[in-house]
Amino acid sequence: MDAQANISLKIESNTLFLSGVRELVFHVAKRVGFLDEQCSQMALAVDEAICNVIRHGYGRAPNRPIWISLLCEGGIATPETTSESPTSGLKIVIEDEAKQVDLALIKSRDLDEIRPGGLGVHIIQQVMDEVKYEHRTDLGGLGMRLTMRKLRVPAAEHAAQHGDKECA
Amino acid sequence: MAGKLSVGTTRAGDTTILTPSGDIDINSQPDMAAALKNSAAETGVQRLVVDLTGVPYMDSSGVATLIKASQDAKKRGHKLVLAAPQARVSSILQIAKLGTFFTIAPSVDEAKLR
Repeated sequence: MDAQANISLKIESNTLFLSGVRELVFHVAKRVGFLDEQCSQMALAVDEAICNVIRHGYGRAPNRPIWISLLCEGGIATPETTSESPTSGLKIVIEDEAKQVDLALIKSRDLDEIRPGGLGVHIIQQVMDEVKYEHRTDLGGLGMRLTMRKLRVPAAEHAAQHGDKECA
Repeated sequence: MAGKLSVGTTRAGDTTILTPSGDIDINSQPDMAAALKNSAAETGVQRLVVDLTGVPYMDSSGVATLIKASQDAKKRGHKLVLAAPQARVSSILQIAKLGTFFTIAPSVDEAKLR
């Protein structure tokens, strides 16, 4: 777990918990100043990442551990903050203790072939600004770590780029 | 965001309208898949319309379910039309580069004509 994280939680690998984790990520991101569209994208990326752990890492076993941590980079507004949120980005780390896989095999598939499945890694790479998969080194050859980062686009900058209509 | 998924169905001539309500994710996707499969198997059905008005969230599991249902429909000579997707659902379809694979209508009424 990231010792500097603002929020850390451990869940069991049960898909019932996914909606709760999505809600958490969305609302934390919203409160530190991300636009709704970015909040949705981060919630989706976390959902896809946890699904991959459950499906591929743990073979759908419902009682294995998954650790999730969130770090607001650049600081967090306080109730007294009256200016723009100081948070410049959100770092999200997802760890497991599943069997390690060849990092070279974790990649997006060819999307020209329309078929069910295999979209998770592509989605994560599309919606996050940085994505890094690693082998954990603290579990004797077990465990994967996914570190994702999303940079916050200030509302004024977003409006200048896309007009003043925020996506929901 | 909603939790558990429910799927209503309405028959209108050769069209069945499915009305899911709730998130379509890895947890609820089997319910959506079953509803699509059952509706497609009804006698005389030529078109399935999936009214996405009540679906605030969909992940790649839900997308995979719709891809399979659409491919199955094409094999039968039927149509599958998505109607009125919310912004977050439209977004994942675009990210997955499926915006042109699916027939997407802005409303159920328009979907019946596609």
